[in-house]
Amino acid sequence: MINYESVLSKAVKTIEPSGIRKFFDLVSEMNDKDAISLGVGEPDFVTPWHIRNEGVYALEKGKTHYTANAGFIELRKEIAAYIERKTGITYDPKSEVIVTVGGSEAIDLAIRALVNPGDEVLIPEPSFVCYKPCTILAGGTPVPIVTCVEDKFKLTPEQLKKAITPKTKLLVLPYPNNPTGAIMTKEDLEKIAEVLRDTNIMVLTDEIYCELTYGRTHTSIISIPGMKERTVYVNGFSKSYAMTGWRLGYATAPAPIMKQMLKIHQYAIMSSPTTSQYAAIEALKKGDADIAKMRAEYDYRRRVIVDGFRQMGLGCFEPEGAFYVFPDIRSTGMTSSEFCEKLLQKEKVAVVPGSAFGDSGEGFVRCSYAYSIENINKALERIERFVKSL
Amino acid sequence: MISDKEKILQLIERDVTLNANDIAIMIGKDPEYVQNVLDESREKQIILGQKTIIDWEKTERELVSAIIELKITPERGLGFDRVSERIYQYDEISSVYLVSGGFDIAVIVEGKTLKEVALFVAEKLAPMEEVISTATHFILKKYKVEGVILNNPTEDDREVITL
Repeated sequence: MINYESVLSKAVKTIEPSGIRKFFDLVSEMNDKDAISLGVGEPDFVTPWHIRNEGVYALEKGKTHYTANAGFIELRKEIAAYIERKTGITYDPKSEVIVTVGGSEAIDLAIRALVNPGDEVLIPEPSFVCYKPCTILAGGTPVPIVTCVEDKFKLTPEQLKKAITPKTKLLVLPYPNNPTGAIMTKEDLEKIAEVLRDTNIMVLTDEIYCELTYGRTHTSIISIPGMKERTVYVNGFSKSYAMTGWRLGYATAPAPIMKQMLKIHQYAIMSSPTTSQYAAIEALKKGDADIAKMRAEYDYRRRVIVDGFRQMGLGCFEPEGAFYVFPDIRSTGMTSSEFCEKLLQKEKVAVVPGSAFGDSGEGFVRCSYAYSIENINKALERIERFVKSL
Repeated sequence: MISDKEKILQLIERDVTLNANDIAIMIGKDPEYVQNVLDESREKQIILGQKTIIDWEKTERELVSAIIELKITPERGLGFDRVSERIYQYDEISSVYLVSGGFDIAVIVEGKTLKEVALFVAEKLAPMEEVISTATHFILKKYKVEGVILNNPTEDDREVITL
């Protein structure tokens, strides 16, 4: 009989399972057609047809082989052109761009290429769930920085300064943010850059939601003077072009860092999905109008859902990016997990406990508005009934 | 960047059940402003009607539609306008378009049976003195109408929760 505990990797065992596993089990057991979910972290739109069609065409033409490890050079050129168009910053497609299996792989590559055992990685929270485990797997120490609703869930320079130690290697910048919908403006980023300029701290900027900002255009930290050379920029196709299932993302970084990231990708992945890469070329060349259309639709829904929560008396920070709202449920006296479990049981509405995104998410719940207005309104009615019944 | 007025018109075009208050929340404007735009648009006949798209194939109603191509002799000084006005007066005709290409006017005719539509073309349209010739194309199946895909399953196949 094998003692599995003794054969498993110590690093993997160190990673904590999600604290809301019980809630996930409850949701997945619920097989009720009347149930409504606002729990999905992906667009409800289908990938635009002209993009899908390029994938189909590639298959029809028998394009079923590996690509270059870093991805098709044509796609890398399009990625570099897109970033230049959006930020004014240039990258060499041959040595500074890599196509990855979703933005998630790019995050893992960056952390593994940069972090040595004992290095500290600063992670503003609440935030997406992968930064902490990736850091642990790389032997690093995750250091959460608690952002708060009073600061609109932004990372402040004061918080950053306070968190920096001689062991700090990397700062993760997850904006526009999942789950809060917070963004960092150019002015906010300049202050962060000011703190980092005289240090050796690197930045991992996860800008997967960069096309989904409302009322103002996204600013990338790479466009702030002195930041490109210390930043790994991560983006992808999942959110901007509704291409989650195609599993395609990318990263850009200074050549010496990219060289190391490519080695990991080469041995772990070989190359990203070929069909998806063909579709992605089309997305970057001709997908701007699709983004504008989806963004306008999310913006309508954002206003409806924020208004809905405020009408029912729950505080709701106005998100300026991504497709989530993060209402404050502390007035109910429940923990976020209790709130979500009871809401699911009583009204059959699934939302995600804020605690899933770090301890600082406690007291909040994440609601996605990647749903039709009709669905959102139905869910809001039920949540209001639930809150009033407390 | 589209204007607020265009946003209001786009929203009401795709969902006539939205009221001024709903639209106001969606675009972040006052309900009074939205109501004024709607009223003004109706007054100027920018908003012309409020129709619902129905797939009659799924009902008991018998309905046959046909696209009719018409070659027309235009009138001096009036072009195709006067003859088009005479054509669209018929209740059987749901749409009239002046088009470029091998013919001049395309109309959509609706009736209960193939025979009814065919007779309408033969008895009302073909004999008009400006009409040189007609070609009738019966619509056998509708796939997409006014931007709406018919028989499109809308099941949400996403996982219930993803982070």
